Amino acid sequence: MPNDSADAPRRITVQRRGPWLVDGPVEVELEDGTTVSSDRFRVALCTCRRSRRYPWCDTSHRRSAPPAARRPATDTEPPSEARPAPDAGPA
Amino acid sequence: MTHESEGPALPADRGRLSAAVKAYLLDAGPLPSDGDVEAADPYGDDLQLALYLCYELHYRGFAGVDPGLEWDPELLRTRAALEERFLTALRADTPVHETVEGALKELLVEPADGTGVSHYLRDEGEPWQLREYAAHRSLFHLKEQDPQVWVLPRLSGRAKAALAAVTFDEYGGGRPDQVHAKLFADLMTDLGLDTTYGRQVDAGCAEMLAIVNLMSLFGLHRRLRGALVGHFAEVEITSSPASRRLSEAMRRTGAGPAAERYYDEHVEADAVHEQIMRHEVIGGLLEDEPQLADDIVFGIDATEYLEGRLAEHLLSRWRAGESTVYRPLRLVGKRVGEQAEGQVGEQAGEETREDPATAGRSRVLGAV
Repeated sequence: MPNDSADAPRRITVQRRGPWLVDGPVEVELEDGTTVSSDRFRVALCTCRRSRRYPWCDTSHRRSAPPAARRPATDTEPPSEARPAPDAGPA
Repeated sequence: MTHESEGPALPADRGRLSAAVKAYLLDAGPLPSDGDVEAADPYGDDLQLALYLCYELHYRGFAGVDPGLEWDPELLRTRAALEERFLTALRADTPVHETVEGALKELLVEPADGTGVSHYLRDEGEPWQLREYAAHRSLFHLKEQDPQVWVLPRLSGRAKAALAAVTFDEYGGGRPDQVHAKLFADLMTDLGLDTTYGRQVDAGCAEMLAIVNLMSLFGLHRRLRGALVGHFAEVEITSSPASRRLSEAMRRTGAGPAAERYYDEHVEADAVHEQIMRHEVIGGLLEDEPQLADDIVFGIDATEYLEGRLAEHLLSRWRAGESTVYRPLRLVGKRVGEQAEGQVGEQAGEETREDPATAGRSRVLGAV
């Protein structure tokens, strides 16, 4: 971050499930010797190895469930198979 | 009075309420009566467009409209009545979770066999459907993050710092060509859509207007700051997997590099933003103001509810081969020629045209 002193240790946030979070910019050297970089203010590093954009997290670590579990059921709602699971656009 | 000489054109009205608000903006008639507001469908085209017209004065205004009307007491009174109808309906209709944790937990589970709009577009979306989708979403994406910024002065400490950091990212990290609204305009260009701010509002369906209005409603009222934070967390958490599917849809249909890039960028960015929204913004706000937990839940669930309504509208019409737009899309550039039967290859230059494919709202489009 802009006002960190240059020699302050870089914090990495570790979670039991989910990516490691580290302040950017970062450079990652991969097993095949190639280097990739990200200048985002914080970077989410994949730890589950399932990301299709490895080493960056793409949320592939999330648990899967049948669509019916996605939304709370209500009396007024049609059966879940008739109601599409909503996904908001990006932001 | 001084009127804006430039700016977005006023959209066409969709009934008594929006016609009256539009006339008032042009100094050409009275505001709608309380009775008309009471009688309107809170999710319908007319009320939602009337509310959109009121809110838009806080963003870009309209050509030919006095910018001073942003704080006109009579117009604000009408806006409050419209908001009351909308918010009351939302509170009654939104199925809400008991706790913030419960609401978030459900968002973090990916359906193994999803049936949302992004799944549909990935698997079978046709170019005209991707164009319609982008036109609807442009009502927000061309001002991406603007409605969410209203909440910043109402937060403090950890929540404020974290949301400001996400905001910096949304606005391109200081690089104008990377501003997310600009990346979306580039996507629209790939799809042959007119990217002028406000030009696709006439195409936007009531369900999309309701989603944009929800953001402005939550953003402009300090008392709804918890709901705004919940709303934005919902958007960020659900974005990454959906963006991957939408990127695949753009790739499969050969939409173009900018169209792919917009969604590719969001797969990665929103995987980070999601973490920050949950841990820092919601976590920080709950630490400061634990009494806002119910509002955060309402923001998450109301967003899910309105997104569900949009998904239902889009998918039911597309599956029937019908268009989803209110009025025809505004097209520009080379794609115009590809749109119309018998006009393949015709170059339309920079002139904006109505999309002949969506010229009739309920016209069957199976052959296009």
